Amino acid sequence: MTLLTLQGIRKSFGAVDVLHGVDLSVEAGEVIGLVGDNGAGKSTLMKTITGIYRADAGSIELGGRDILPLDPGQRRELGIEMIYQDLSLAKQQDVAANIFLGREPTKKLFGLIPGFVDKAEMDRQAAKMIERLGAHLPSINRSVGSFSGGQQQTVAIARALTFNPKLVIMDEPTAALAVREVQSVLDLIRRLKSEGIAVILISHRLNDVLAVTDRIVVLRHGRAEANLVTAKTNMNEVVGRIVGGGDTSAAAAHEQRG
Amino acid sequence: MSFWSRVQRASVERLHIRLESLLVLVALSAVMAVLSPYFLSLSNFLNILLATSTIGVLAIAATFVIGSGGLDLSLGSVMGLAGVAGAFVAVNLGWPSVFAVCACIIAGGLAGYINGQLVTRAFVPAFIVTLGMLGLARGLALVISQGRAIYGLPPEIVYIGQGRPFGVPMPVILLVLTAIVAHCLLAYTRFGRHTLALGDSEGAARAAGIRVEHHRRIIYTLSGALAGLAGLLFTARVNAGDPTAGINYELTAITAAIIGGTNLFGGRASILGTMIGALIMGVLQNGLTLLAVQSYYQQMAIGAVLILAVFIDQYQVRKESRV
Repeated sequence: MTLLTLQGIRKSFGAVDVLHGVDLSVEAGEVIGLVGDNGAGKSTLMKTITGIYRADAGSIELGGRDILPLDPGQRRELGIEMIYQDLSLAKQQDVAANIFLGREPTKKLFGLIPGFVDKAEMDRQAAKMIERLGAHLPSINRSVGSFSGGQQQTVAIARALTFNPKLVIMDEPTAALAVREVQSVLDLIRRLKSEGIAVILISHRLNDVLAVTDRIVVLRHGRAEANLVTAKTNMNEVVGRIVGGGDTSAAAAHEQRG
Repeated sequence: MSFWSRVQRASVERLHIRLESLLVLVALSAVMAVLSPYFLSLSNFLNILLATSTIGVLAIAATFVIGSGGLDLSLGSVMGLAGVAGAFVAVNLGWPSVFAVCACIIAGGLAGYINGQLVTRAFVPAFIVTLGMLGLARGLALVISQGRAIYGLPPEIVYIGQGRPFGVPMPVILLVLTAIVAHCLLAYTRFGRHTLALGDSEGAARAAGIRVEHHRRIIYTLSGALAGLAGLLFTARVNAGDPTAGINYELTAITAAIIGGTNLFGGRASILGTMIGALIMGVLQNGLTLLAVQSYYQQMAIGAVLILAVFIDQYQVRKESRV
């Protein structure tokens, strides 16, 4: 079943055309790698999906429904989540506080005064969410800032999961991680896929993209330059499509080593 | 993890108190008790609490604002303005005392509201806005009172400052009640959690759908209203609307909040911690007075303690982030 369909998306900022008619489709539970050089329009494209930018032309459908006129909040309610590179975490607050920030479950104090945060319930649900991801954190009562990059990524993904997303867009989730942590984040992505959640993975780390995705979409000069099935492509081809022809074997070999 | 750091962590997580500040309070009290025979007595204990009441209320205001990543330098001046406003309503206008009490809170809240509007809408940094308000409020207090203290407050108001139901001074009772409400608000409600999240990462708070600017305006208004309450307590205690009341009090209040474990840059704050901080300042001032140290030196001590507290806090933050 096709979850998300983009057709002929155009977006310009003043005189600068960033997207020149991008087509993209995402199946339910599919992991798509979105790659391209700096300035290819990856971030702009994602922000038109989440609704932060309004596309100048084209159509966006989620599950057959036109979502172009909807604002970011409405699109999130329909199941589009984005995890930014900075993760948008409050580093001095604990895990549960971050997962439920802005939507804390409440109870009445002595059954009378409303508005009190139900900390026990919040901790319980947060622990359940972390467990669902098959992840391990030192303690959910510790401030998130004391965690490693991969553990913080886990918290951000757990937060996204509480919105019951159909599609999670992840911006460079492995960029700043230690080698061992990269694998655990890739495992988290596979876990999302196994739950039927589609993932768009934006990354410069082509090894990660090749390892975890079903398809790779190459963005170049504001167009979807290539749409490759991951199982039938290789590093050489992906690098070639990103930089656009010429002798790319040296660049590909370099990526392979990295 | 060592036993000590485990106890430290538990006290922060469960009691919202930094263990170090509690130890400093006990140690400081012990030193004062040894140095002065008058220190350890019930009447001196109540004296300390009474002297701490005004600063304590201001420190609660400072805790909210600093915890949210803001700053309010106008606390002392707004306190002075509120006290004069209350005295003016009660004495010059001759209105019933309840109006005078309201005038204190409203005058303070209004000053705080203006602070909040300017910070969130005019994009002037909080440091500058509240520094400006420090001058504005003080000047207005002098204008209203024509530069002289307003005497002759009605007995109901004086009772708020000097009454002793069950032997406990009224300002102390009001401080404790305010602290309990403020602690619950900051530690256990969505409002409090959003306040700290906001001070921690404005971007994260915004992404979570928290109305950041709206929230900031409420916090500055709350801060002003609390300064108004402090003004009421002070005015009632000295039985006069003094336009010079509260000069430099923001220094002590902010110091108390920082000693109590409030992160100067926001994101971490606790009212219980701040109360410990306020008591440390109270014991310090009381002890120095008992030891007949000139008040000029006390001023210097407060300034030094502020710098020392921030240094220790930042040192610990750097140590933790290195792990």
